[in-house]
Amino acid sequence: MKQFSQLINSLEITNKTNAKLDALVNFFETALDKDKLWLIALFTGKRPKRPVKTSLLKQWCIEETGLPEWLFLESYSTVGDLGETLSLLLPEPSNTIDKPLHIYMDELKQLSTKSDDEKKAYVLNAWRHLDTQQRFIFNKLIGGSFRIGVSKKTLVNALSKLTNIDANQLMHSIIGQWDINSISFEDLINGSHINYDNSKPYPFCLAYSLEKNLDELGSVSDWQVEYKWDGIRGQIVKRNNEIYIWSRGEELVTKQFPELVEIVSTIKEDFVLDGEILAVKDQSVLLFNDLQKRLNRKTISKKLLQDVPIGFFAYDILEINDEDLRAKSLQFRRNTLEQLFSDNQLSKPNFKLSEVIQFNKWEELDAIRNEARLHNSEGLMLKQKQSEYHVGRKKGDWWKWKVEPLTIDAVMIYAQKGSGRRSSKYTDYTFAVKTEDGLVTVAKAYSGLTNDEITEISRWVNKNAIEKFGPVRTVKPELVFEIAFEGIAFSKRHKSGVALRFPRIKRWRKDKPVSEIDTIETVKQLITNPLDV
Amino acid sequence: MKFIKFTKKGIYCIPGKFYLDPWYPVDYAIISHGHADHSRWGNKHYLCHQNSKNILLHRLGKDISIETLNFNQIKTVNGVKVSFFPAGHIIGSVQIKLEYKGKVVVFSGDYKTNPDFITTPFEPVKCHEFITESTFGLPIYSWKTEAELQSQLQQWIVNNQKQNKTSVFFGYSLGKAQRIMSLVDGIDEVYVHSAINNLNQAISKSGIVLPKSKLITSDFNKKDIHNKIVILPPALLGSKLLKKIPNAATAICSGWMQIRGNRRWKGVDAGFAVSDHADWNGLLSAVKATEAEKVYVTHGSQAVFSKYLNEIGIESQEVVTEYGTEDNEDAKDQQLTTTS
Ligand SMILES: [Zn+2]
Ligand SMILES: [Zn+2]
Repeated sequence: MKQFSQLINSLEITNKTNAKLDALVNFFETALDKDKLWLIALFTGKRPKRPVKTSLLKQWCIEETGLPEWLFLESYSTVGDLGETLSLLLPEPSNTIDKPLHIYMDELKQLSTKSDDEKKAYVLNAWRHLDTQQRFIFNKLIGGSFRIGVSKKTLVNALSKLTNIDANQLMHSIIGQWDINSISFEDLINGSHINYDNSKPYPFCLAYSLEKNLDELGSVSDWQVEYKWDGIRGQIVKRNNEIYIWSRGEELVTKQFPELVEIVSTIKEDFVLDGEILAVKDQSVLLFNDLQKRLNRKTISKKLLQDVPIGFFAYDILEINDEDLRAKSLQFRRNTLEQLFSDNQLSKPNFKLSEVIQFNKWEELDAIRNEARLHNSEGLMLKQKQSEYHVGRKKGDWWKWKVEPLTIDAVMIYAQKGSGRRSSKYTDYTFAVKTEDGLVTVAKAYSGLTNDEITEISRWVNKNAIEKFGPVRTVKPELVFEIAFEGIAFSKRHKSGVALRFPRIKRWRKDKPVSEIDTIETVKQLITNPLDV
Repeated sequence: MKFIKFTKKGIYCIPGKFYLDPWYPVDYAIISHGHADHSRWGNKHYLCHQNSKNILLHRLGKDISIETLNFNQIKTVNGVKVSFFPAGHIIGSVQIKLEYKGKVVVFSGDYKTNPDFITTPFEPVKCHEFITESTFGLPIYSWKTEAELQSQLQQWIVNNQKQNKTSVFFGYSLGKAQRIMSLVDGIDEVYVHSAINNLNQAISKSGIVLPKSKLITSDFNKKDIHNKIVILPPALLGSKLLKKIPNAATAICSGWMQIRGNRRWKGVDAGFAVSDHADWNGLLSAVKATEAEKVYVTHGSQAVFSKYLNEIGIESQEVVTEYGTEDNEDAKDQQLTTTS
């Protein structure tokens, strides 16, 4: 466990991808095969069920330390993570015992069926023989919510560096069906349990932000213009009756979107589609916040499937019936795509072609772009009709042209400590604007400030907070911020009557007094969208 | 009889007519230590420990009116007996003991109960009323011994050197920097920023021998620094100077580094929980050792620590002061010495 704990520590401490990669490679070079398998299993969500309730862990820690419960909770709210709080509060071990990760995992698996007394004896014994860092890891393993601060992609890149096996193939291997008790590390990474030829994706073609005047692009008829959607860019791969969905981050996300798999399985042809995965309900695209509810879940409930249905807007086709189309022109690929959709009668609200916007003159496009907000789109994509599907970013053929964000001035009324990372600082803020008789909350935001600003604000919050305990502080309405957002609509769910899309802090307006912030009326005037959200 | 009052300007001794670490200018200030939030500008007269004198002169200017007192000495000010006891916080830091008509009040200033290699170790003082800090007043804070910290830092440096990396530590110019110097002494050459170097010179003037260090200038030779040890004030995180250091591995030394979230917060390669303040058990043992009837809790976790003391039967009250955080202290040190 020492080795595993050191790995987690080095992964956490650095934000340099190379250092993370080195730490992983080093682990894979030196760890026991069983431990390596467990590391991969933990990364890919193949973890055993939580054997002990967190409320019991809390209770045992309170007994073990003799601290009052309120002090335990105060510590917890400062640390922001239960497993870490426990590890810090418990007394130093008198002597330490080092067992490999896989032994702990086996023990934890067996623990599920034991009585509470047996569980307690086991956990207390472990706590008494692990140092703080290892105790933290142990608690996270019990908690069943272990998040390692590294993407699957980085893990796969480390394995690839070690073995020279293609990273996407490794991604397929680790995501695929395998059982920790019946596969060797070598077989797993060699992919003996998968057929990579069926899942292999292509590198995505990416666009730069538009940096010239529209009329410099040449003739309108040379360009295909579509809406730019803010979902998850993805490739759907269907070959030999197998279906795979890859995200742009080169992660396999097939299982997260069962409705897409269902639709795609009705299509005769084999293909690779490039498009956007979006939350689509009643013919309209939902906010990214909604889509987020569907991501990285172990199971997707019926209710969630109904509340946040997933759709796919197809941008491009890269392969059809084994033929690579990437060197063909966009015009040709678009025709092929349209043909595929009409042959299979695919035009459904949640599985359709990305709309090609019709216009005659460049001057018309600015207004169209500004209207994009009405559809929850974040702007336009301009693509040269003769362009091939490039590998990565290439200047000139594809441009993205985003809508300008809207802004308001609002005052901070609550501050909350960040959890885990940044846990000693106030990083999450709630903002309000003026009403006739006071203030009303309009947005929560946690990004957009520098570390120094956050430090300064945290100090201010400590001095000006009304509460003394707990993670959320009500503060005097004094600090004014400019809040930027992508869209705004009327909302019955919000007390203010409006919902902002992607609010974030644009800057801290130290120059503005509270008397000059926006009123709810001026905020409502920004609404052009008649739809309720 | 009550002879201490908490006022807007600071902690005031009524019969003595002087203030302890005041945050607004007063006629007579008794100073616990040289950190900027405890020794501020503009007081007409200063009284501090002899080891703080040159630090104050350096920070506040040569022409201030200043007087010193050693340990084991008593100075009577308007009938109040004033004496100093070691606080173990930084060089020259003291607890201030006041005695008037048989009643004893002790102001801790900032203190640390774990002994280190350069500071006179903390000494508990029995009193009727104790005014304590509470910077790390939560049971999650528990420090390693100096020997353990020494081996942690040493391991990190040696490991960096194996990878051809220069070890760069960030710590406040006054106190933390000298502590780091003492922890890494003897491993390899140590280079310090001018803000630290200036303070080192001031400290040395009082006859204190610090571990050896060299000055890192803005036009330093990369070859000299490579694989060595560098100590910079935290304000230089992300600075040009840091970027110029070849292959730097960075580490922050601060009690806040006890929490994972904080270690990752500044984007450094390592965080070591090296603090100049008492940890939870340190605070508790210090408070208990005073046998005080009443404990006033100032800056840090005053609400939490004072509530806990009351629960365990020690009468306590929280006091809001202007003593700031360490970041504050350093920001000011920085403005003062923006030489390179
Ligand atoms: Zn201090
Ligand atoms: Zn202080």
